[in-house]
Amino acid sequence: MNPLFSFSSRIPAWLPCRPTLAVVAGLLVSGGSALSAADWSQFRGPSGNGLSAETGVPATLDTARDLAWKSDLPGRGLSSPIVIGDRIFVTCCSGPKEQRLHILCLSAVNGARLWERQFSATGRTVCQEKMSVAANTPACDGKHLVATFSSNDIFCLDLDGNLLWFRGLGHDYPNAADSLGMASSLILSGGVAIAQVQSQSEGFVVGLDLETGVNRWKLARPHESNWTSPTLLKSGEGELAILLSAKALAALEPATGKIVWNTTDVGSSIPSATAGGGVLFVPSKRGLTALQPGAAGEAPKQLWQSGKLRPGTPSPVLLGERIYTLTDAGILSCGDTATGDVRWQLRLKGPFSATPVAAGHMLYCINEEGAVQVVDTTKPEGEVASEVKLAEAVLSTPSISQGAIYFRSDAHLWRFGKASPAVKP
Amino acid sequence: MVYTMIAPIARVLLIFAVVGSALAAPPKEMADSLATIRAVGPEGQGNAAASAAWKRLAAGDAPTLVPIFEAMDGANDLALNWLRPAVDTIASRTVNSGGRLPVPELGGFLLDSRHDPRARRLVYELLSRVDAPTVDKLLPGMLNDPSLEIRYDAIQKVIDQAGQSLAASNQAGAALLFQQALNSARDVGQIDQISTNLAKLGQPVDSLKLFGFLTQWKIIGPFDNTGKKGFETAFAPEQKLDLAAEADGKTGKVKWRDYPVKDPFGKLDLNVAFGKLKEVTAYATTDFISDRAQAVEIRLGCETSWKVWLNGKLLFGRDEYHFDSRIDQYTMPAQLKPGRNTILVKVCQNEQTEDWTVEWNFQLRITDALGTPITPAPAETTTPVTSEPL
Repeated sequence: MNPLFSFSSRIPAWLPCRPTLAVVAGLLVSGGSALSAADWSQFRGPSGNGLSAETGVPATLDTARDLAWKSDLPGRGLSSPIVIGDRIFVTCCSGPKEQRLHILCLSAVNGARLWERQFSATGRTVCQEKMSVAANTPACDGKHLVATFSSNDIFCLDLDGNLLWFRGLGHDYPNAADSLGMASSLILSGGVAIAQVQSQSEGFVVGLDLETGVNRWKLARPHESNWTSPTLLKSGEGELAILLSAKALAALEPATGKIVWNTTDVGSSIPSATAGGGVLFVPSKRGLTALQPGAAGEAPKQLWQSGKLRPGTPSPVLLGERIYTLTDAGILSCGDTATGDVRWQLRLKGPFSATPVAAGHMLYCINEEGAVQVVDTTKPEGEVASEVKLAEAVLSTPSISQGAIYFRSDAHLWRFGKASPAVKP
Repeated sequence: MVYTMIAPIARVLLIFAVVGSALAAPPKEMADSLATIRAVGPEGQGNAAASAAWKRLAAGDAPTLVPIFEAMDGANDLALNWLRPAVDTIASRTVNSGGRLPVPELGGFLLDSRHDPRARRLVYELLSRVDAPTVDKLLPGMLNDPSLEIRYDAIQKVIDQAGQSLAASNQAGAALLFQQALNSARDVGQIDQISTNLAKLGQPVDSLKLFGFLTQWKIIGPFDNTGKKGFETAFAPEQKLDLAAEADGKTGKVKWRDYPVKDPFGKLDLNVAFGKLKEVTAYATTDFISDRAQAVEIRLGCETSWKVWLNGKLLFGRDEYHFDSRIDQYTMPAQLKPGRNTILVKVCQNEQTEDWTVEWNFQLRITDALGTPITPAPAETTTPVTSEPL
């Protein structure tokens, strides 16, 4: 029996309403916020593990049947759209040096642009050609929309587009930059926006007060490149911010920045850690490691380590009792969350940069050429159930909300799935 | 026919010019809000007050737009990002509710190139929303605009026209247009695009001269960089720039030598100068004669760890290895004094052995804020001599 999910072991792994999923998702989106369980409020969704707990997302995709709308975007971007209620928020960049930063709000119903705010980068915008200054996914607690960019400019707006505060971390700390570009997304917890800013020349993590943007705390981090995003882990009545870097994993209290534990047994600089069921699934050069955090102050215990579950750029995705990893070339591996044993492997059409997302028992994987491959995870060896070609380069992780899935390229945002009756036009 | 084409533009320009010079001061409450926002500083300084001021400002109507643009003159980069979305908010609300933007006043602001270039660009975009044809007709007169973004659009228009000439097999016309674009272009991407086309047309561009890379260097090395400690270690050239003195290098005594650069993009290749070494540090220095005191930008391209000093003052340093290099990768504001100015560059190489970690070089040029190369004035002597300790 899987000790991680023992209380739900009689429920089929693919059922979207499994208590494990609902509980984890519900806990992570609660805490007095103005979010609903259907909101996709940050990078890799409400639980930060790529999983949507809701139903109604098309199990197979067909453009003629499922494409609700396609909207133009004003600039490039690798960031994921986030969805709060009937509004989508997405970031873009434009201009010869990508110094123009855009934050857009679109209607989830029809893709119409509701408002747009533009800013100028105050930090460096030099980045690799494949990267983009709009690489980081925004985060929202239902009241504060916080968007950051590769230039380390961080903007907080309300959901109507009113500017609440702005910080130019690249302006304040000019060596906080990376010539390939910065990509770490924000998390919100404990009244702060947590930004992990690490490059070879500068490294820190900062908790910005959600009301004013000033540093509530700031900690030094290793001077090494790091494109991973922090992850939130449920801990007792609260949450811990999990910070992954090339050679270590640390947990800290969001409100204070106090380090709770630190371990050097794992490390990654591109794929992020995935949390679920009280367990952390952490990428490293050795593959994937499952860690069970202990009581406060205690370092986590290793449950297993697998060299066969080896994430590339995409981060691991948790779906029921299975953890999925995807290589850049397109090898999708299904692992057992209890043991790390590989259940099956499936070759998809790569290459991949985007992390897959999951709903029901389906995994939605989009490759860099814009081919969406929907994988049925209940098949004995996994199986591609449908494929849709968006015919544009896509490096952005999709988002799921209100029975729909969203994809974005440098030029467009697509919604697949019909409008939910719950969505107000 | 000609009259019908020109007259509307002339009328707009006339109105722009007259109205733009007679703008009234904003009301006190608005002036206070603008002052509060302009006072924001690093580390979130002034954010709380600015947030409240922003709400008042963004609630304004169309006539408040020009005072907001005027407040951008001399504002710091942080304040500009507070002011800009206030403009977006007011303008969108005005347009969406069927109101009118103050086009003549905005036009006057656009045509007055003394205003902040980024503010003028924003005005340019606003006017494009309501009268794109007129703004498009203004573009040819903006090839040398102080706003790099406006200039970029004006140049792109000429590049596009050159492309049309090429498509029509008018190679001479295309070359002329490309040359016109090149004379004004400051964006490296556009310069590259133009240069490539001119080369195909048999008119290769002298990129060394075009970009103004510095080529007359003296170098010394190698010094140690084991464990990447060289970046923080002040070797002899940092302590005292004595071009006649020997120094203790990584493997023995080292001394300065002349090293003129011939690479078409001004790259001083330290692998050629010292051999393909690892865990080493080298220095290069040159003198730049300025005919006056002037604010400049020192622009560097470098794939490995570096520091740059001007007249003994450290401008900036970056401890990063093998993340590619490009023209103008780093831009450092600096102040030249009249006469001789000494530039010292430190470049480190790390321990990595992969084939993509071989590069050990740099390129450097001095420009104005737009990227126009500044060339040295004629010198009494271009040979640096012993300077004060760094």
